[in-house]
Amino acid sequence: MSTRTDDRPDVAQPRLGGVGWLRWTWRQLTSMRTALFLLLLLAIGAIPGSTFPQRSIDPARTAQWIADHPTAGPLLDRLGFFEVYASPWFAAIYLLLFVSLIGCVLPRTRILWHQLRSSPPRAPRRLDRLAAHRAAEVQGDPEEVREVLRGALRGRRYRVHAHDGETLSAEKGYLRETGNLVFHVALIGVLVGVGWGHLLGWKGDVIVPVGKTFANTLSRYDTFSPGPWVDVTALSPFTLRLDDLDVEFETETTGRGQFGAPRDFEASTTFTDAEGSTEERSIRVNGPLETGAGTVFLLGNGYAPRITVRDAEGTVLYSDATPFLAQDNNYTSVGAVKVPGASPQQLGFAGFFLPTGVIDGERGPHSVFPDALDPQLALTGFEGELFPSGRPQSVYSLDTEAMIAIPGADGADQLRILLRPGESFELPGARGSITFDGVERFAGLSIRTDPGKGLTLVAALLSLAGLVASLVIRRRRVFVRVGPGEQPGRTVVSVGGLAKDDDDGMADEVAALLTGLEGTG
Amino acid sequence: MTDTTLAQLSNTSIYSATVVLTLAMVAYAVYLARLVPSRERAADPAAQDRELVAAGSGDGPTGAPVGGGAGDLVDRGGRGGRGGPGGRPGAEPEPVAARKAGGVAWALTLLGTVLVVAGVVLRAAEVQRWPLGNMYEFAVVGAMFVLLSYCAWATQRDLRWLGLFVVTPVLLTLGLAITVWYTDASDLMPSLRSLWLVIHVTVATISVAVFTIGFSLGILYLVQDRLESATQRRPSFMDRLPDARSLERLTYAAHIVAFPLWTFTVIAGAIWARQAWGSYWNWDPKEVWSFVIWVVYAAYLHARVTTGWKRQNAVWIALVGFGCILVNFAVVNVFFVGQHSYSGL
Repeated sequence: MSTRTDDRPDVAQPRLGGVGWLRWTWRQLTSMRTALFLLLLLAIGAIPGSTFPQRSIDPARTAQWIADHPTAGPLLDRLGFFEVYASPWFAAIYLLLFVSLIGCVLPRTRILWHQLRSSPPRAPRRLDRLAAHRAAEVQGDPEEVREVLRGALRGRRYRVHAHDGETLSAEKGYLRETGNLVFHVALIGVLVGVGWGHLLGWKGDVIVPVGKTFANTLSRYDTFSPGPWVDVTALSPFTLRLDDLDVEFETETTGRGQFGAPRDFEASTTFTDAEGSTEERSIRVNGPLETGAGTVFLLGNGYAPRITVRDAEGTVLYSDATPFLAQDNNYTSVGAVKVPGASPQQLGFAGFFLPTGVIDGERGPHSVFPDALDPQLALTGFEGELFPSGRPQSVYSLDTEAMIAIPGADGADQLRILLRPGESFELPGARGSITFDGVERFAGLSIRTDPGKGLTLVAALLSLAGLVASLVIRRRRVFVRVGPGEQPGRTVVSVGGLAKDDDDGMADEVAALLTGLEGTG
Repeated sequence: MTDTTLAQLSNTSIYSATVVLTLAMVAYAVYLARLVPSRERAADPAAQDRELVAAGSGDGPTGAPVGGGAGDLVDRGGRGGRGGPGGRPGAEPEPVAARKAGGVAWALTLLGTVLVVAGVVLRAAEVQRWPLGNMYEFAVVGAMFVLLSYCAWATQRDLRWLGLFVVTPVLLTLGLAITVWYTDASDLMPSLRSLWLVIHVTVATISVAVFTIGFSLGILYLVQDRLESATQRRPSFMDRLPDARSLERLTYAAHIVAFPLWTFTVIAGAIWARQAWGSYWNWDPKEVWSFVIWVVYAAYLHARVTTGWKRQNAVWIALVGFGCILVNFAVVNVFFVGQHSYSGL
């Protein structure tokens, strides 16, 4: 099969030097086919981000997925499938796409610039070769007819130029290409805006129980993720006191899955800015608080039961509104109470808070309605070392590695504590007592800045405008040639139309020009 | 209690619409069937020649005299015109039986549209909010916009040939909405209570509706193209549809309406996401798929102007885009974990 090529006489192959290869690569990269290929690749590359859990969105679910799939999990993890949008291969696709885009936009801008500065090209000799063409003999001198047509073309917003005495060249629709270029350049703007926001933006989440004040410093955040260029010491020192959190749930039993669905959240806050001026502001879902130094969003809520732990003498070891994290739509919440000050051993309690509690053998403790109609606290107690290795740990769960369960007084191997507001429980063996004083709500606040969002929005809207212009406007050229007719006072006029793109209206346009001429002539 | 009455009225209206539209679908099918050229005619080569000549004269290079000629260029198959419904000049006049069926189909489509609109309005009145809060409502409102787009377009040009291919997806959607996605009317969760619901979701549904029509046109184009390149062909109703080139243009026309609307949907969604969730883009599965849809349709528009790419392949990309829309609606909402989970379903 290769013999045939071998038989051929030597052909002088053009040699591509280094520059030649670069040019060839650039041509390939900026060709439309490559752009198309990259676009399709981008679409395919984005899909795994929706089918696999993403670390940036839900780290717990990601870890669980990897643990559940011991073979595929670590492999996919190495390939970046759990951080698709930050993975090198995804970045490679869109960066190549944007390079390709720039390579396409630059020469086209130059061409459009030249076209805008020069007049429409000369009329071709044979107008009947054009796809849309009409000819007729009409009343009037050639010059007269030409002027009428010039006016008609101008009326149709054509740029008209006469290269000689018997033709007209007209063109319109430059905005189509302009729109096209604006669309593509604006997409670069979107990318820059996103990148800018990523570098200079930050977000922090914090849980604030009602009655507590949040001060905007790094240490107060539960989680804080700054962009690489953010100066975390320069946060604006505003404070925000959560005065009240008003929550409404659906109590009408209409619709599937509707009973108990959240209906309204509103956080009443007292905001004190860096200069010390104070203002009452409310934060709602869909109604964030713009502080000027970050926007405060109300993204979560839950319950923080007030719990007090005393030792055998009655000295208070722990007393705080302790947030428990909701696990389901009825706010069955889990949390932990850590009492490092207890002696001889540290005490820890872990378990459930149930706003409307039911405890049955089948499902264990759970809540049947999200509002605090019958609040209950179901805990188990542990003693031992709370922070055995000094590792950071979640405040919502107990690390029981170095702890043992406190046995129940009745001989059960685990102590079970069930409390309603106002109730206390005496811990066996003179370990003290635990009291459930009452229930507060907490607000899950997220404070964010994104300096790139304005640019991103403006660029996105520009790209939309450019897109519409490039799809709606039509680029058309019309050429006119006039000549004397067979009888004096008659003119043979020939009109040809050339559409730059697929344009089924071109023939109508040419026909209408001549029909108009008939009407005026 | 009034609310419940309104709910029942809304449901009755939608149920009636499905019945009426089923009849419309049958009438459109009858219409197309009656358009099929008779065997004798198809076997008569002279008649076919006449047709070809007549079809060719429209854009011939020799310009006709100004006065008389403009007509056949400007008239592209006006309603009930002399040509076939697809505006093929010179085709035999429409058989009376076909015209009757077409008229009935059109009347039933209008009635069905009115009923769907009534169903949506009653639902809105019942829940006292914009009726786009769950999958049932998206599906019904989406079906409504498909019908409205079709009816609006059909007043501009004869589109009876397209009716079957519009009413069928609408019926499928309504059927699924009633049986699978039905949700009792209810209030919205807090994150959905926003003016952006009206803007973002309404434009999204309109866009999807137009994409749906574009999808039907795309399939018709591919079929027509296959038929036109076939060496041997039997007479079929496709002969009376516009030719492949026109169908391809109509496909493109639908997509260049829908694509900017989808772009707007994504932008509006991002603005709303920033209001409600704190960040304008979170790579939530719904966002991922909206992005994928946007990129695929962008690829379609590019493929169409890429030299060396066949129009057929470009249209295939558009069909893939519609597949992504279906995934985004039917799969992502139900099976993927994300923030776009709606009340009930």
